[in-house]
Amino acid sequence: MRTICLYFQVHQPFRLKRYRFFEIGHDHNYYDEYANYSILRKIADKCYLPANQIIYDLIQKHGKKFKITFSLSGSVIDQFEKYTPDVLESFKRLAKTGCVEFLSETYAHSLSSLKSKTEFFEQVHAHAEKIKQHFGSTPTAFRNTELVYSDYIGEMVSELGFKVMLTEGAKHVLGWKSPNYMYYSANNKKLKMLLKNFRLSDDIAFRFSNKAWEGWPLTAEKFVDWLNIADPKEEVINLFMDYETFGEHQWAESGIFEFLKSFPDTVFKNSDFTFHTPSELADLMQPVAPIHVPYPISWADEERDLTAWLGNELQDEAFENLYNLEPIVKKCNDPALLKDWTYLQASDHFYYMCTKFFSDGDVHSYFNPYDSPYDAFINYMNVLSDFTIRLKKAAENSLGDMTPDSPEEIASLIDKYQLEIQKLKEKMESKKTKAIDKTKKQPAAIDKTKKQPVPIDITKKEPEKLMPHSEDKKKPAQKKEAKPSTPKPKKKKE
Amino acid sequence: MRVLMFGWEFPPHITGGLGTACYGLTKGLKSIPGTEIIFVVPKLWGDEDKRSVELVGAGDIPVLQRIETTQQYFREDSFSNNVAQQTFDEQLYSIDQLYDHVTFVEIASLLSPYLSPEYFEQIIKEKKLERSKVAITKEGKLVYRENGVVKYVTVDYNESFGVDDFGRYTFSGTYGPNLMTEVANYAKVAPRIASNYTFDIIHAHDWLCYPAGVAAKKISGKPLVIHVHATEFDRSGESVNQPVYDIERYGMENADRIITVSNLTRNIVIEKYGIDPDKVFTVYNAVEPDMSERKKETKKIDDKIVTFLGRVTFQKGPDYFIEAAFRVLKRMDGVRFVMAGSGDMLKRMIDRAAELNISDRFHFTNFLKSDDVKRMFDISDVYVMPSVSEPFGISPLEAMRANVPVIISKQSGVAELLEHAVKVDYWDIDAMADAIYGILNYKALSEVFKKYGRKEVDDLQWENAAHHVHKVYLSAL
Repeated sequence: MRTICLYFQVHQPFRLKRYRFFEIGHDHNYYDEYANYSILRKIADKCYLPANQIIYDLIQKHGKKFKITFSLSGSVIDQFEKYTPDVLESFKRLAKTGCVEFLSETYAHSLSSLKSKTEFFEQVHAHAEKIKQHFGSTPTAFRNTELVYSDYIGEMVSELGFKVMLTEGAKHVLGWKSPNYMYYSANNKKLKMLLKNFRLSDDIAFRFSNKAWEGWPLTAEKFVDWLNIADPKEEVINLFMDYETFGEHQWAESGIFEFLKSFPDTVFKNSDFTFHTPSELADLMQPVAPIHVPYPISWADEERDLTAWLGNELQDEAFENLYNLEPIVKKCNDPALLKDWTYLQASDHFYYMCTKFFSDGDVHSYFNPYDSPYDAFINYMNVLSDFTIRLKKAAENSLGDMTPDSPEEIASLIDKYQLEIQKLKEKMESKKTKAIDKTKKQPAAIDKTKKQPVPIDITKKEPEKLMPHSEDKKKPAQKKEAKPSTPKPKKKKE
Repeated sequence: MRVLMFGWEFPPHITGGLGTACYGLTKGLKSIPGTEIIFVVPKLWGDEDKRSVELVGAGDIPVLQRIETTQQYFREDSFSNNVAQQTFDEQLYSIDQLYDHVTFVEIASLLSPYLSPEYFEQIIKEKKLERSKVAITKEGKLVYRENGVVKYVTVDYNESFGVDDFGRYTFSGTYGPNLMTEVANYAKVAPRIASNYTFDIIHAHDWLCYPAGVAAKKISGKPLVIHVHATEFDRSGESVNQPVYDIERYGMENADRIITVSNLTRNIVIEKYGIDPDKVFTVYNAVEPDMSERKKETKKIDDKIVTFLGRVTFQKGPDYFIEAAFRVLKRMDGVRFVMAGSGDMLKRMIDRAAELNISDRFHFTNFLKSDDVKRMFDISDVYVMPSVSEPFGISPLEAMRANVPVIISKQSGVAELLEHAVKVDYWDIDAMADAIYGILNYKALSEVFKKYGRKEVDDLQWENAAHHVHKVYLSAL
């Protein structure tokens, strides 16, 4: 059996707005709503919607013979929900055909697999939930952000229960071997590996409209001829690419949609290839050999390594600073903070800080909101500074949620809170007595006539209005009540 | 190839970037086999570095005996005729009218031997004449009425030239009040120099030397390359000094090739002077490696230092620097700002700092000598060049050479060249403040700048720039 595995990546990050340092501590909205909306709308109209329609029609035409695979990041789904529900609907319609597999990935399209196992696991779970919610099934095949893979990541992925994973067929990993077979992870035989055939994938994704390329113009017939050249014993051709290839990276005028439309027809007519999704292949095929990947690989650039996202001083500092916050984020468990924490992990932010493509930043400049990596870094760090301040504040306020590690810590916490409670009590007492004085003036005291004694209402007003009025006039009543009361019950728990 | 190069200053007697650039370029050119340079400056001091060039001082060349010849050349020159006509078209000019055209007259005196304004004054004084009643004729004779009789004064042209007993001009070699006269005199000496030496090509730096370059071209017939380090638009914004513009345009039109220090300047030359793009080439400047073995200055305070260094004039954007400083100071402690330099906006800047109430953290050093500049870089944590218009801008390169991260305006030529610098619009004080804050607070940023910036600058060699200049020479021959 010879088969084609078509997988398209769908992802858009929440791009940050221009965030100046003097906004640190004031402004907690980090995203460029306008850019995110308008970019998504544009891509939806130029790519997602027309391409989805074509694929839907192809499935209608060929029935179960045509299979296709998508991976949608959590953040792009969030954006669909927010900005372009029509796109989400069209993906749902595709899901219902039963010919589409949705892969698992990290929610934030993050590089957490390189840094934190717990965060990685949490994001994979959160993403799986999101996919189930929208498309009705839990993913069984995994692809990591930017196809990043190493033996260690393979271990984690199989621990998560996946049976198959996708990655790059990097030359320096494969050597003389062909990517057109099923492999297995070196550290875990159970995890099957599908490797991208980068030459054939990039013919479509990168070279399709390049008139200087000898393969131009690329037609479905020509491409299927190339597929047929492959050794008949080879089993699977993995064509992995960004979905934006259709209509965005390669414009409609280049004929890319016509290519997509006629591709399955031509495959069925001119070859014996079939179409399958990764999970189907995991059941159908046996791996031929292990692949050893001690150092992480990816599908980016000529090097197929991580240097597009990590490695220069800027990227490393931002990355370190971000993940240093993980324990506090986990302890705070605040929904708004968690959301920002997720979006700030998108690999795109680090991509914008890459310095190796000053001269030929073609792919890197794609929808890049920044003039330079320095610009990107400064902006990100400003946002991260504000996020850190918020996080630390939240952590102080919710100290009771933290689980102390030693008896000494518990003891000191108790002491600390007892002192705090004592202070608050004293404050309350003194306020109460003061408040009684004040309430005397209150009905009339809204304005200047402070001295006028109006003793009538004291008893009624006291319990309700006492706190907000007497303590801190700036803050709303609710918060005031919450603040002194939170430590009390927490302390009792301990 | 022998190059006759006209400059205005040469190390160690330099006041601006021009002298440094000329020096670097001549050294670079020297590294190209077979290249020899005769470098002309208005005034020689005697202690110049003569290792890579043959230096000639225009003030040492007697011109008197050549006046007849040079006059002839000037007369054939259409530009001088035009100017002469413009000035002397009317049969009679009143002196007051003449003084409206005073700069023109100076240019005219450069190109054809009419009167110098100083000489007029002298005659008026001697004859005790009433200014308004004196006029000059088309031939340049001074005419006045005395008791109803029209009288002429015959002018001694040689005296009007102001040469000394040996027929030499005296040059100050600076940018003083007699600049126009000196530019004119420089051009009058140029043909003499051109006939004293053999060479293949003429290279003139900036407008001060264009007339000299053109004069040398006229007499020798050799191709002229002019090097535009700045234009009048960079110096004065939109309120250009017309005579200077005219000289620049005259130089550009008469040049066979034009070298500009950036594409920014190249566009100005093409658009504002109407020059054929095909003869204009961009060659970026470089910076000399710092070979001095001086001890590095150490900072005596813990505060971070953010530096502005340059003339405190409109062109350099010092006002934007102050406003950015104010924004940073509002949000962080432990930082001081320094404005090093002097200029016509200095007083206003001092007032503004006081007005913003940041004078305790914002310091003025006035003009710094070159050694002090180096010391200033040693203790700086960020260097900012917020120039409104900067044809090139060599000082960021000097800062980077001293391992100081730089923020430069997008309106500078050097921004086309540098990668490892933060680039902001000069007017975008928020972005400028943000970049300053970023470099001071996010450690990786200054580390990266130090690491890559230094390398980037070290890779900019005058040898490379000279190589490009040499190619332009070859294309002109």
